[in-house]
Amino acid sequence: MSNEAIPKPGLWGWINRRLPVDAFVRSQLLDYYAPKNFNFWYFFGSLALLLLVMQLLTGIFLTMFYKVGEATAFDSVEYIMREVDYGWLLRYLHSTGASAFFLVIYLHMFRGMMYGSYKAPRELLWLFGMIIYLALMAEAFLGYVLPWGNMSFWAATVIINLFGAIPVIGPGLVEWIRGDYGIADATLNRFFSLHVVAVPLILLLLVALHLVALREVGSNNPDGIEIKAKKNAQGLPLDGIPFHPYYTVKDIFGVGVFLTLFAIVVFFVPTFSDLFLEKANFEPANPLSTPDPISPAWYFTPYYAILRSVPDKGIGAVLMLIAVSAFFFLPWLDRSPVKSIRYRGWIFRTFFALFTLSFLGLMYLGLQPAQGIYVTLSRVCCVPYFAFFVLMPFYTRIDPVKPVPERVTFHA
Amino acid sequence: MLKIATLMLALCCLPPAATAAEGVPEQPAAVHWQSWQAGNSVTDLASLQRGARNFMNYCNGCHALKYVRYQRMADDLKISSTVLEADLVAPGSNNLDYITTALPAADAVNWFGKVPPDLSLIARSKGTDYIFRFLKTFYVDPSSATGSNNLAYPSAAMPAVLSDLGGVNEAVFRQVGDEKVFDHFVARVPGSMTGPQYDDFVRDTVNFLDYAGEPTQVERRSMGIWVVLFLLFVTWLSWQLKKEYWKGVH
Repeated sequence: MSNEAIPKPGLWGWINRRLPVDAFVRSQLLDYYAPKNFNFWYFFGSLALLLLVMQLLTGIFLTMFYKVGEATAFDSVEYIMREVDYGWLLRYLHSTGASAFFLVIYLHMFRGMMYGSYKAPRELLWLFGMIIYLALMAEAFLGYVLPWGNMSFWAATVIINLFGAIPVIGPGLVEWIRGDYGIADATLNRFFSLHVVAVPLILLLLVALHLVALREVGSNNPDGIEIKAKKNAQGLPLDGIPFHPYYTVKDIFGVGVFLTLFAIVVFFVPTFSDLFLEKANFEPANPLSTPDPISPAWYFTPYYAILRSVPDKGIGAVLMLIAVSAFFFLPWLDRSPVKSIRYRGWIFRTFFALFTLSFLGLMYLGLQPAQGIYVTLSRVCCVPYFAFFVLMPFYTRIDPVKPVPERVTFHA
Repeated sequence: MLKIATLMLALCCLPPAATAAEGVPEQPAAVHWQSWQAGNSVTDLASLQRGARNFMNYCNGCHALKYVRYQRMADDLKISSTVLEADLVAPGSNNLDYITTALPAADAVNWFGKVPPDLSLIARSKGTDYIFRFLKTFYVDPSSATGSNNLAYPSAAMPAVLSDLGGVNEAVFRQVGDEKVFDHFVARVPGSMTGPQYDDFVRDTVNFLDYAGEPTQVERRSMGIWVVLFLLFVTWLSWQLKKEYWKGVH
């Protein structure tokens, strides 16, 4: 609906004749029809957006007090924690926000996999989402180095050294990334630049693309049925409801529940027993003392466990790369005629359940020392993890699927 | 240095195993020091004040709290400015200074082989239980440079500076396979404090270090209660709103 149809008086009309504010709101919220059968799993998209904004805002204020540099970074973080008014709150919101962001993104991705949201016509939507996930991993890693604690230093050392596994150019590349012969002041400065400028810009652009693509194809739903296929006389989807006010009020409720849980962590258990803020990171970076064991943040541990399960660093790194990038190919690996797990057969359900368990198992194992039973179990978990992707073109074709209903399942 | 000298003197002059720590000398129970817990509370102001006194008297000679200012500590711990200036602020420092140590780094390296660590974040990096165990598990070890050793931090460069309070202990090990495993302590020289008194002394000190590690933690928790209550109320309101809006959706 264009703005010319409803001429408005006054300043608001003046603005709208020059900038289509009303038309934009109308097309994006009021005339945007979403399936009415969204369940619990559909809260995490809006929560991810909330966290993005929260990280940007708290990040802006932290940057006002943080002093990048080998000699000043650690001290400035403690200055924020102790002497900046509510600096501790800013820092805990930001550090808890990072972990919450990954939790929300993992649940968001899990939803997409459960209900086949990556399948046609939503392949690009899924790809943008996956690139956001990669950018988020980069952003989190870069940010983790900034407090310049001992775990920051050693995690950076381990992760950057992974690039050394690339044949021929590896060692030179590692030096180029670090800007020094070891993780040092130069590394910290460039990581800061990337963390506060480059990657956030990329993230914002990707999120915009993700949302534009979503508006184009429309949301999937727990039944995996295209609501655009069944329309009423006015051309509106029978199973759709306007995003605003229905999903705005529902998402506000989701935000309330989320923020309550989030606040409990921020105010009462901000270190989350070593998972969100590690003990070793309350010691300044020390190239002469290695924390034992070195472990990355919890959201990286599934891949870290895969890396460590292979004795050869090069093969381990390749396997880790495959483990992350396999998600990109889901739209083309999945040959099932149905989208949602509700109508898939026992074969897909079994593979998916084993994949989920192995992902959680690897997450746990990546936090344990790299020895004995933990390495063996990591190898065991690798099998269902990779089988889920590699065998997908085969098992999704023979999977005994159930008939998909005409209309979505909805209980008022 | 005086304390090291006292310890050395004690080691040379006294007969071994003067008294047994656990009562019955023949069958002392094995000490499971790894399970000791500090059990401190950062809301206990009196304990924090005693801990601050302990720190200034016994730790600050070598250890700094470079992120804590005297005045901030006094404000948080409700210490009057009279007491602060008379007893706590080091000579040459003023109230707004950070708590530094008078020990020159070069001397420290000469005497102990390293600079004693700043303790601002020790409770966060090692945990309160660790400090509690560390301060309670010094034992006589003539083979070490300081004449003492520690169970929680073996080969610690720090001498047993609290031995005139907690006493001098000898550690009894038993042989398990190829390894020597600690079994129990035998008191060689009693300290000026009883066991429970010394435990309280250590607990207060640990409590103060817990505070120093995160001075805002009490404020954080008390603010958190109101934030969570407010969010619960807002969430309940938004649920009512959602129900109202969705009434017509079938």
